[in-house]
Amino acid sequence: MSDVIKIKRGVDINLVGDVEAEFAAPVAVETVAVKPTDFHGVRFKLSVKEGDEVKAGTPLLFNKDDEQMKFTSPVSGEVAQVVRGAKRRILEVRVLADKKNTFEDFGAADPVSLEREAIVEKIAASGCWAFFKQRPYNVVAQTSKTPKAIFISGFDSAPLAPDLGMLLEGNEKEFQTGINALAKLTSGQVHLGLNASKPVGRVLSSVKGVKVSKYDGPHPAGLVGVHIAQNDPIDKGDVVWTINPEHVVIIGRLFLEGKFDARINIALTGSEVNDRKYHSTILGAAVKNFVDGNTSDKTNRIISGNVLTGTKVDIDGYLGMYDRQITVIPEGLEPEMFGWLIPKPDKFSISRALPSWFQRQIGNPEYELDTNLHGERRAFVVTGQYEEVFPFDIYPVQLIKAIMTQDIERMENLGIYEVVEEDFALCEVVCTSKIPVQETVRKGLDLMKEEVG
Amino acid sequence: MKALHDFVEGKIKPNFEEGAKLHKLWPVYDGLYTFLFVPGHTAHSGAHVRDGIDLKRTMNTVITALIPCLLFGMWNVGYHHYNALGMDVTFFDQFLFGAIKVLPMVIVSYGVGLGIEFFFCVIKGHQIEEGYLVTGMLIPLIMPVDLPLWMLALSVVFAVVIGKEVFGGTGMNIFNPALLARAFAFFAYPTWMSGDKVWINTDVAEGQAVVDGFSGATILGDLATTGATSYSAFEAFLGLIPGSVGETSTLLILAGAGLLIFTGIGSWKIMLSGVLGGATMGIIFNLVAPYALSPEQQAFMAVPFWQQLIFGGFAFGIVFMATDPVSGSQTEKGKWFYGFLIGFLAIMIRVFNPAYPEGIMLAILFMNTMAPLIDHYVVEANIKKRQKRLALKTAGA
Repeated sequence: MSDVIKIKRGVDINLVGDVEAEFAAPVAVETVAVKPTDFHGVRFKLSVKEGDEVKAGTPLLFNKDDEQMKFTSPVSGEVAQVVRGAKRRILEVRVLADKKNTFEDFGAADPVSLEREAIVEKIAASGCWAFFKQRPYNVVAQTSKTPKAIFISGFDSAPLAPDLGMLLEGNEKEFQTGINALAKLTSGQVHLGLNASKPVGRVLSSVKGVKVSKYDGPHPAGLVGVHIAQNDPIDKGDVVWTINPEHVVIIGRLFLEGKFDARINIALTGSEVNDRKYHSTILGAAVKNFVDGNTSDKTNRIISGNVLTGTKVDIDGYLGMYDRQITVIPEGLEPEMFGWLIPKPDKFSISRALPSWFQRQIGNPEYELDTNLHGERRAFVVTGQYEEVFPFDIYPVQLIKAIMTQDIERMENLGIYEVVEEDFALCEVVCTSKIPVQETVRKGLDLMKEEVG
Repeated sequence: MKALHDFVEGKIKPNFEEGAKLHKLWPVYDGLYTFLFVPGHTAHSGAHVRDGIDLKRTMNTVITALIPCLLFGMWNVGYHHYNALGMDVTFFDQFLFGAIKVLPMVIVSYGVGLGIEFFFCVIKGHQIEEGYLVTGMLIPLIMPVDLPLWMLALSVVFAVVIGKEVFGGTGMNIFNPALLARAFAFFAYPTWMSGDKVWINTDVAEGQAVVDGFSGATILGDLATTGATSYSAFEAFLGLIPGSVGETSTLLILAGAGLLIFTGIGSWKIMLSGVLGGATMGIIFNLVAPYALSPEQQAFMAVPFWQQLIFGGFAFGIVFMATDPVSGSQTEKGKWFYGFLIGFLAIMIRVFNPAYPEGIMLAILFMNTMAPLIDHYVVEANIKKRQKRLALKTAGA
C-alpha cells in the first residue's frame, strides 16, 4: 500500500493510567457547553439568550466575520447560562439537555452528488465547520478558502491516548460519507496518516478516497503536523486544513441523516481515575459526569485532552471541542527538598542525568507524573534538547527566539507556517529552562496572523 | 523535611515578603529557598507534565565532573611543592598542602562571584540563576596556584560584570566567563600568569630550600624556549606535571568528559571535533617541522601530535570550556565546525605564539566570537532550503 515513514526524533512518555479497552455503562449528560475559547481566530456573536429553547443543531453563536459559520448546540434543551469573562468575552454557552433529543433538520444528501458550495453551506450551518482547523496559524478554517490538502491523523500517539479504533467503532458508513464530503472541499487530496505498528481498526482501514501514509515511531508520530511535513510541507501562501477522524464521522452523519448528531466516544485516563474506560457521550459534555466520585482524593488536576496539549478544567468544566479524552493526574504542589540533587526514580526525563533513562533501558516503566515543573524558569542555556524530540526540518530554538523577539521575517523564514502549538509540546516537556514553549508559539501564530494575515 | 520547610516558610520568608524590611533582598531568599527545595510550582500553560531536569541539576552534573580534577589538582600542588623542596612527605601531607593553597582560591572565586550575582539580582529584582556555580569552580582550576587571591578576585569581578551581567546574566553572555577571568588575569598580570615561577609553589619555611637545578616551567614553557621537556608523555597523561590547578590530568579530565558525554550535558560533538581539530593541526606541524626556522620551533613542531593533546590546558579546555552551551555554537551541525576550529587554532597558537606557550584559551575565546556566525550559516542553509521549495512551487504553479 504505502511505505512506512519512520519517525526517529520524539519520545513516548509512558504514564500510569491507560484506559481499559471496554466501554463503561452510559453516563447521562445533563449539561453541555460550547466554549468559544476552543476556537482561535473567530470573533463570536451570540444568537441565543439564556432561557431559549434549542434543538441539537440550533445556532448558539456565529462568526462575526463569516456569518454563515454557526456554532450550534450539541443537544436539545434550554440555554442555561452564558458565562462571560474579562471584557465580557464569552467563555462558555451552557445548554441544559432535555431528554427528548430533537434535531434541527439540515436535509440528508449524498455529498458525491453535491456541489462544493452546497457542502460548505450545509457544514457551516450545522455547526460542524469548526472541526476544520487551518494551518498556518492553527485557527478555525475560513469558508472562503480552498485548502491545498486536508490532513487527518488516524492515530493518537500522545501519552495515555485512546485507541482510535475504539473511538470510531461501528461508524464505517458515516466516516466514508464524511470523507466523500471532505474530498469536495480541497483542491488536492485528503490524507490519512495511520499507525504502522498497531492495528488501526476497521473504520480507518476500509475507507476509500484518501491518500494513506503510515508512520512508525514515538510521539509525535501521530500528530497531523508531522504527517503534513512528511507529505506536503506548508509554504508561505499555502492553506492546509486538518480535522479529527471522530469529527469526520459527525459530518458523515450530517449528510446521511441531515442532523447534527454530536455523539462521540472519549476515554477516561490518568493515574488518579479509579475506573478508566471508554465512554459514549456528546461533544462538550460536562466533565463532572465522568470524574465526580471516580478519582482519588488527592489534589488533582482535571485535563480536557491529554497531558501534553490538554486544557486544565475544574470539576464544573466541560470537554473541549477537539479533545477525545479526559485525564486526571495529581497536582505537584509539594516542595521537594534538594529535589534538584537527589536522583529520584519517580521522575521522567530524556536526560541521562536522571535515573529515568536507565529505567527505560531495562524495562518499560510507567510513571505517575504530577504537574510539578521540577525547576524554575530560566533563560535558554542547554542546547540540542528540543531537537531530540522535534521531527521537523525546522530549528525549534531559533524559531522560539524569533517569536520572543517578534521578528516577523525570521519567523517566516524559519518555518512558522508549518507548525502549531502541539508540535512543540514535547519541546516544552523536556526543556531544562522550563520555557512556556506552546504559549510562545501561540503568540507567534497570533502575531503572524495579525501582521501577514 | 517538613519541619525545615515549615521553619523556612513560617519564620524566614515573612522577613522578605512584600512590605517587609528585607523585601529588597527577596532574590537572595528565593535563591536559598530554591537551593533547599524544588518549589511546588506547577505547569500553568502548555504541557501538564514536565521533565525532571532543571538547570540546577545540569550545573551540578558539570560540577561533579570537575571534582576529580579539583581533588587531583590539590594533591598535585602539594606533590610539586615538596618535590621542589626535595622533601619526602606522605600523600596526605601533599594533599593537605595543596588543599590549603587551592581551597582559598575556590572560596574567593565563589564568594566574590556569587556576591556580585546576588547584588545584580537584587538590583534587577531577578531570580538568581545557576550559571555561576560552574564558572566559580572553573576559575580556580584554570589559574596558577601562586596567583594572589586579590588578583583572582579582580578577575572574577571582571568576568562576572563585564563578561556576563552587562549582557543580561546567565544565558546571555557572549564569552565563556571563566575564560574571560583567565584572559583578564593574563593580560593584567602577565608575570603572575606565565613563565616558570608561578606553577609550582616554592614558599620555603625556615630550614627549607629549593633543590638545585629546580625548574618550575610547564611542559609547553619548556618546549617553547628549549624545544625539549623533562616530563614524559605518561606523566603528562596522568597529570604529574606543573600547570594550572585543574588542567594537568588528562586521565581525570577524560573521566569528567565521560560523565558529561554520558549524561548528554556536555556535547560529544564539540569534544570529538575539538580533538580531531587539535590532532589535525598537530599532524600538519609534524609534517612541516623540518622546514621550521629555528631549532626550538622545529623541535616543538615535531612533538608527536597526540602528545600535543595531553599537554597544557588543551584537554581541560575542550572538555569543560568549549562545551559551554551558552557561548558555544548552538546548532548541532555548527558544533562540529566550532569544536574542530577550537582544537585546530589552539595547537596553532600554542606553537606559533612566542609570548605565550598555550593557545586553548585564546582559541576558545576567538571561537566564542565566531559561534554566532557559524550558527548563522547553518540556520541560513535551512532558510534557503525553505525559500527554494517555495520558489519551485510558485514557478510550477
